[in-house]
Amino acid sequence: MSETIVAIGTRKGLWIARSTDRQAWSLEGPHFLMGEVAAAAIDTRESRRSVLAGVKSWHWGPTVQASEDGGRTWTESAERSVAFPTDTDTALERVWQLTPDPNDSDIVWAGVEPHALFRSTDRGATYELVRGLWEHPHRPAWEPGFGGGAVHTIVPEPGDPQRLLVAMSAGGVYRSADAGRTWAPSNPGIRAYFMPDNEYPEYGQCVHKVARGVDGELFAQNHKGVYRSDDGGVTWDSIAAGLPTDFGFAILAHPRRAGTVWNIPVADDGERIPPGARLQVQRSEDSGRTWREQSKGLPSESYTCVLRDAAALDTADPVGLYFGTRNGDVFVSLDEGDLFARIATQLPDVLVVRAAQLD
Amino acid sequence: MPLTSTRVILPGLLRDLVGGMAEIEVADDTAGQTVGQVLDRAFTTHRILEGKVRDERGLIRRHVKVFVNGEDATRGAGAATPVPAGARIHIINAVSGG
Repeated sequence: MSETIVAIGTRKGLWIARSTDRQAWSLEGPHFLMGEVAAAAIDTRESRRSVLAGVKSWHWGPTVQASEDGGRTWTESAERSVAFPTDTDTALERVWQLTPDPNDSDIVWAGVEPHALFRSTDRGATYELVRGLWEHPHRPAWEPGFGGGAVHTIVPEPGDPQRLLVAMSAGGVYRSADAGRTWAPSNPGIRAYFMPDNEYPEYGQCVHKVARGVDGELFAQNHKGVYRSDDGGVTWDSIAAGLPTDFGFAILAHPRRAGTVWNIPVADDGERIPPGARLQVQRSEDSGRTWREQSKGLPSESYTCVLRDAAALDTADPVGLYFGTRNGDVFVSLDEGDLFARIATQLPDVLVVRAAQLD
Repeated sequence: MPLTSTRVILPGLLRDLVGGMAEIEVADDTAGQTVGQVLDRAFTTHRILEGKVRDERGLIRRHVKVFVNGEDATRGAGAATPVPAGARIHIINAVSGG
């Protein structure tokens, strides 16, 4: 019988929600109590049941924990799995993103703080710094966002292992067309409203998250601004017109239906609460041209916030939509956002949510 | 001259990673030794502790304290602090966090 698992990484540990029908859920945890879990990945490639978690202990530093049994038991390498080479004179602060590559079932990408990308060719056991991005001449000018300076978004291109996109706060979108050897900024059209003289710089934008649609459309939630790219990230056009606000962190694209995208709006960068204090998701079925609110089953008065990686889609059909909040609730919708149910509550701040169906 | 050793005493949170071991005994280097050198030897056979106590540059992590015979080495010379033969080195998690 297949099982759906939801990895819920929080400020103080990781919980795993499980269900065989996505209606009744059990909750296991905490794993790594007091460890800040900002990154998680569920690797179902080749029918695996692997889960990876980026865990930071405020005392004992960052690490990557791995599970081969769907998050029930965990192991940690005795040697550092993600570490900066000696010549960089840099120490890893935190793993912010773990992304299994769709083109090679042995490759896992890791986005970290300080701004850097690592690549594993052994399914996440060991990682090597991607020198092409680390040595980019722009790197000294990349600034930390409020959560730290990190590569937090990694978007490989299915079918083309040479092409890869990353996003960072603050630095913006960078693309590679040679499997990470060289990188170029790719932010035309993305506004950096906070820049005093040039609001459309070549780089330096604070892009919060990029999602890839099944047909290759890209959707970006920026630090004020929501965008779509129809040309693989070369240029970006605003799709914020129909949204209640252009601020937010999370954005998701349907894995099978082109043009369906979800955005979780936040009132403003100075008001990090839901618009109108009404927790909600905004859904578009036309690639962001029009949006409609989805809030049934969500708290009608809420002062929480949904962070950058705290929303996810599962791999089932129909797709399940999940998100977690800074006040420790996790919600699921099985009808693409029309109705939500709470599957966890009273957890610490939710930093990352990932979901998948395991065979 | 009798052989002596330095005791590296682990905090409870790290003992779980090394099978419950409370301390590691490290043979003293009669030519002189520092905190960094003692930790190098202590962690040779307990590699997971290396990444917990020090970052990849070899620096003691910000919220980790190392005491040599009761004196806070992380307030002084850090890893370069001299360690007398027969010393006690306590590794503790700093009182921090929320």
